[in-house]
Amino acid sequence: MRRIVLPGDLLSTNPKLAGHGTYVEGEKVYSRIIGLFEQTDNSIRVIPLKGKYNPSVGDTIIGIVREVTSNGWNVDINSPYQAFLPVSENPECKPGKKLNEILDIGDAIIAKVMSIDPRMRVTITMKDKVCRAIRFGRIVAINPARVPRVIGKKGSMIKLIKSELDVQIVVGQNGLIWLNGDRRKVAIAEEVVYLIEEEAHTEGLTDRVGEFIRRRKNVQTG
Amino acid sequence: MSRPDKFIINGKRLDGRLPDQLRPIKIEVGVLRRADGSCYIEMGKNKVVAAVYGPREAFPRHIQDPSKVVVRYRYNMAPFSVEERKRPGPDRRSIEISKVSKEAFEAIIMKELFPRSVVDIFVEVLQADAGSRTACINAASVALVDAGIPMKGMLTSVAVAKVDGVLVLDPMKEEDNFGEADMPFAFLIRGGKIESIALLQMDGRMTRAEIKVALNLAKKGAMEIYNLQREAIMKQFVEEGEENA
Repeated sequence: MRRIVLPGDLLSTNPKLAGHGTYVEGEKVYSRIIGLFEQTDNSIRVIPLKGKYNPSVGDTIIGIVREVTSNGWNVDINSPYQAFLPVSENPECKPGKKLNEILDIGDAIIAKVMSIDPRMRVTITMKDKVCRAIRFGRIVAINPARVPRVIGKKGSMIKLIKSELDVQIVVGQNGLIWLNGDRRKVAIAEEVVYLIEEEAHTEGLTDRVGEFIRRRKNVQTG
Repeated sequence: MSRPDKFIINGKRLDGRLPDQLRPIKIEVGVLRRADGSCYIEMGKNKVVAAVYGPREAFPRHIQDPSKVVVRYRYNMAPFSVEERKRPGPDRRSIEISKVSKEAFEAIIMKELFPRSVVDIFVEVLQADAGSRTACINAASVALVDAGIPMKGMLTSVAVAKVDGVLVLDPMKEEDNFGEADMPFAFLIRGGKIESIALLQMDGRMTRAEIKVALNLAKKGAMEIYNLQREAIMKQFVEEGEENA
């Protein structure tokens, strides 16, 4: 079992190893967040257990349009910062079409983080094949720190959910997850997502999730 | 409440504690669903709830700082928290406590990681019994960890008072009201050791030698509280783990 560490816990005396979730002061490496301590041969890092989403370039995210401006949209991405989607980054934009007819306040979108400036102004883009406006399905919100577990090692957890339940699923790095497909199966998938969130810090999660899905499916059919 | 004749009888204090003994402490983490981090603490008869929100977008806009996060700390006493009803709302005392506590936390939060945003810390005193600011800092510190906010370490706070010429740890109401001096400390604890003093106040009189003794007394008490804070945070994860087994 990986050890849970708190801010200020001494992790190492070799500052060269310091990775994510750590900081160095006086040749010593300390944890700066609550998380799971992970050590490999050439790095130590702390995997966060709590905390807000902090955008980074290239992330796939799910956002909700909060404001329509003359040259784009302000999008809530479930982080301390609002993101901006410029008109030029939305392929649905065609001359003669009004902006609020393409995306209006309250619409959900799948987008990618394009750039972040030093003042944390986030620009997002929809020029990617996973990106689109969400008009159907269900969005589930979880703690962003637990997203890596929902994805699993190299996407193993998502693959499991997709193959067992035959639902469409897009996981935003910001903790919003889009589910689409048969209503009853989506309902199970939603429960599964919450289960993973709840037990993100435990081991052998994939097996337990597989068993859980099979049990739930039997209840519905039987 | 009237002044007791003697504070220390046969080496024991009015509530039966030894001079270097803390009051019983109970800490619960994650008590508020809608807050990003929260904590409920009982230190003796003090009952305090702390809630942390953020980092989140700073409003009004003019308080934003383009280079670092803004920390807001609100210490508030409920009208029913003291014997005589307290008029609700901020007063001179609570504004001062909010300010000094905020400055203590500003020193340990890694502010440069979240420019233009704000971290809100709210602490509500539900029942006060001397040393409520120390209880508030202890609760806020746990709530900040619970919210996943990056920090250099944790803050742990405890007070030392002087009654009948004797230094006592973690004073209760009588000792605070009628004692000769009162000195709240907050320490930054890192790597399991006390690194520095983040907050220090005093009223009354103490000699230089007494302050040294008081500091050591407070350090000892703070380490005990720190272990309880840790235990409370860890407990959430252990319990969940056991359910699965």
